[in-house]
Amino acid sequence: MSIVSSLAPRSGRTTELILLLGAVGIVGLAYVNLGIATTGTVPPGLAALGVGYLGVALAFHVVLRWRAKYADPLLLPIVTLLNGLGLVMIHRIDIARGRDITEGVALRQLMWSALAVGIATVVLIVVRDHRLLRRYTYIAGVGGFVLLLLPLMPVIGNAEFGSRIWIRIGPLSFQPGEVAKLLLAVFFAGYLVQTRDALSVAGRKVLGLTLPRARDLGPILLAWVASLAVLVFERDLGSSLLFFGLFVAMLYIATERVSWIAIGLSLFVAGAYVAFLIFGHVQTRVLLWLDTFSSEALQTSDQLAKGLMGMAAGGMVGTGIGRGRPDLTYLAESDFIIPSFGEELGLIGLFAILMLYVLLVERGLRTSLGTRDGFGKLLAAGLSFSLALQCFVVVGGVTRVIPLTGLTAPFLSSGGSSLLANWTLLAILLRISDHARRPLPDEKDASAVGDAQTQVVKLR
Amino acid sequence: MNAPIRRLSFIVGMLFASLLVSTTLIQYVFAADLNARADNRRTLLATYARERGEILVGQTPVATSVPTDDEFKFQREYPEDGRYAHVTGFYSFYGAVGGLEQAEDALLSGSSDKLFYRRVSDLFTGRRAQGATIETTLDPAVQKAADAALGDARGAVVALDPKTGAILAMVSHPTFDPNTVAGHDLGELDANYQKLTEDEDRPLVNRAIGGDLYPPGSVFKVVVAAAALSDGEYTSDSVLPGGAALDLPLTDATLPNNGNVPCSPTNEVTLKQAMVVSCNPAFGELGMKIGADKLRDQAAKFGFGDSPAVPMRVTPSSVPAELNAPQLAQSSVGQFDVRTTPMQMAMVAAGVANDGVVMQPYLVQSVIGSDLSVIDSAEPTELSQAVDSEVAGQLTDMLVATVEEGTGRRAQIPGVQVAGKTGTAEHGEGRRAHAWFISFAPADDPEIAVAVIVEDGGIANTETSGGSVAAPIARQVMEARLTR
Repeated sequence: MSIVSSLAPRSGRTTELILLLGAVGIVGLAYVNLGIATTGTVPPGLAALGVGYLGVALAFHVVLRWRAKYADPLLLPIVTLLNGLGLVMIHRIDIARGRDITEGVALRQLMWSALAVGIATVVLIVVRDHRLLRRYTYIAGVGGFVLLLLPLMPVIGNAEFGSRIWIRIGPLSFQPGEVAKLLLAVFFAGYLVQTRDALSVAGRKVLGLTLPRARDLGPILLAWVASLAVLVFERDLGSSLLFFGLFVAMLYIATERVSWIAIGLSLFVAGAYVAFLIFGHVQTRVLLWLDTFSSEALQTSDQLAKGLMGMAAGGMVGTGIGRGRPDLTYLAESDFIIPSFGEELGLIGLFAILMLYVLLVERGLRTSLGTRDGFGKLLAAGLSFSLALQCFVVVGGVTRVIPLTGLTAPFLSSGGSSLLANWTLLAILLRISDHARRPLPDEKDASAVGDAQTQVVKLR
Repeated sequence: MNAPIRRLSFIVGMLFASLLVSTTLIQYVFAADLNARADNRRTLLATYARERGEILVGQTPVATSVPTDDEFKFQREYPEDGRYAHVTGFYSFYGAVGGLEQAEDALLSGSSDKLFYRRVSDLFTGRRAQGATIETTLDPAVQKAADAALGDARGAVVALDPKTGAILAMVSHPTFDPNTVAGHDLGELDANYQKLTEDEDRPLVNRAIGGDLYPPGSVFKVVVAAAALSDGEYTSDSVLPGGAALDLPLTDATLPNNGNVPCSPTNEVTLKQAMVVSCNPAFGELGMKIGADKLRDQAAKFGFGDSPAVPMRVTPSSVPAELNAPQLAQSSVGQFDVRTTPMQMAMVAAGVANDGVVMQPYLVQSVIGSDLSVIDSAEPTELSQAVDSEVAGQLTDMLVATVEEGTGRRAQIPGVQVAGKTGTAEHGEGRRAHAWFISFAPADDPEIAVAVIVEDGGIANTETSGGSVAAPIARQVMEARLTR
């Protein structure tokens, strides 16, 4: 036993450092590429911006060394790369729209990124163990639902681009759905860990499916009603799908019962179909989705069509950064940033970006598998799945897999609330992965268990 | 809980797989379709951003791309305003419309396969892609003369080099200024284009090679005479009826001569004399004698029924498929349902001029790459032997006589032997007849063959015959070539 324990487990921090340098290098290259393509010169602020971006990434890295030594080494580099590429593309759209750097969206995004990284490090430092979050299960639940439904409130609720998913207080606008996603994942994880036994064991077997008891159906019905409310009143299929999908997935993980998926999916499909029959705006979305190029659809909105034509213009290898015309599509820097990348980096570049997301989600799910406590498992799996689902809703929306909705591509799209929420999500994932990969206490410590104070939660 | 997490990973994999499929469909499988869409602004901008080749007449561009500061990078300009409008067509947000712009779009835009190796080398040398330049066969002096001579009248002029088939002039009136429909202001463009399409005189139609076609009237007698002489039964001295009118079989109607006066005091004429005075009864009789089949065959040998690409498509001219005797008689004087283009009648004149050999007409002399290398050069090709050279000589004699002493006197050029034939084509009750003239000169060594049509006999003119209205125009066009 002592031989085994004397082996120093690899923290992966050095790997992370090398990957981080690579990620920042790629972002820098993209920025230089853009400068040469648009003005013919290497952008003057390259050194300052490069060093600044590297500094922020390294700061996070140092915090990880200090506070979460065994955290997954791939997560931070992937997110650094995605966030950086997003910044370059947003800057590129700024240039195309003739916006100066000071008034551009890119600078705001950069500040939001820095702020988001700051908050994420604070979360890492403060939340020393993810299980602490379990204490706030119900607060998170209430907060999540309130945030989700907040845009429906008068005065502060704000409809933009046909979806009512914004709140606006004074000059500040905020998309609360992103943060709600986080809070609800915490709530579901805490709630389901508590009730999973009741939900999974009790019930009758009908046609091979173990159906839950009627009283256990309460929570899923509540979630269903809330998601339909989002769909109908906020006109946002994306958030609705994301939120309900997250719930069903976590319910399934907690109970291991397929019947929940069957019930959840049929409830959602039925609800969405009824909404389609009743509400004109849902019908419009479906028309735009199924028959994008019909004159009827183009009269309503040619945004999706323009995005598709942009992607087609990119073809296999793309036009090159700064050489396409992604600015012809509205919202090319936020909801339609994926077509912007498709146009300029081509199918190959878009595949690379999708693979980054796949890796990110895969590392998250792996963390979930490796975690020893139920709450951590559920939370990590839920957060990872929410990322995957969000990617699917965003990319699927602009490529006509599903109707177009108003979600942002995590880490890429312009939007402060999205950045804040997703960097915090990353911090929590890192915290759980640190816990999952941390070697068990040494033999020596184990033998001294009786002497030590009773230890419920290991904080470091 | 690990088993469901693994299964969830599989679902995540499926979700991402569907995205890989959807992006592949858009950016690879259907990319060409999406790029080819008419409302695809990116494609439009990309084609505008490439410097389009010029269209040259002589050494002067009549269509050229000028760099601009707006997002389209280049503005297509037509320095000669309307004079070459139907030759060039125009290039706008509607794409390349009409003329060489449309017919040679692939070369001008640089997307033609003929430019493949050049494009590959452009890719590696970093040279900006550029379209090829089209050098036309047009003679600016002849085109200018034709444009001026036709003036405000509706109609068309086509001039050919009979020996090669090179098109020396192609004018259609009324014309339009392509610059008004090539701008970058879509609203203005739409308004101007709509005005052109709604204009009753239809300025966008190239009357020289298309449009509604015209009855050829008496100029068709050249084809009838060619058929008769080729048949061997007739010579230029063969005697034909030449009264004031010809009784037609199967009907009470007659085929009257112009003005209902006899072609000669004796009521009989030779074939040559019939040509000189454009005697309708003689040609009506001649047509019925030789028969519809031979007449149609002869017309086909001159190119009737064909749709040559010059490179714009010429609308095929036609002789009706079913003709009874009176219809045949009427067709023989270019009436009834015989329909033709000025281009076709110029080919008839050119065929007679060129010892009976009709050359394929062409407008593009050479295609020149952006590095000034010649990519393509026109080779004159024979279309057909319409008549043998002996018959061609007899016809030439008749046509020379027509100009020297007959209906075509106004086409005479001092010191040059001109061969020509007038035509006055009726096309409906109460409407003024179209005035035709086809000719070539010099008769012994032709350098130019011309076909002129003036719709409704021109503007407010008391005389509407081919001899008085169309012949002077043909003369001016021929002079422009011969006095170089």
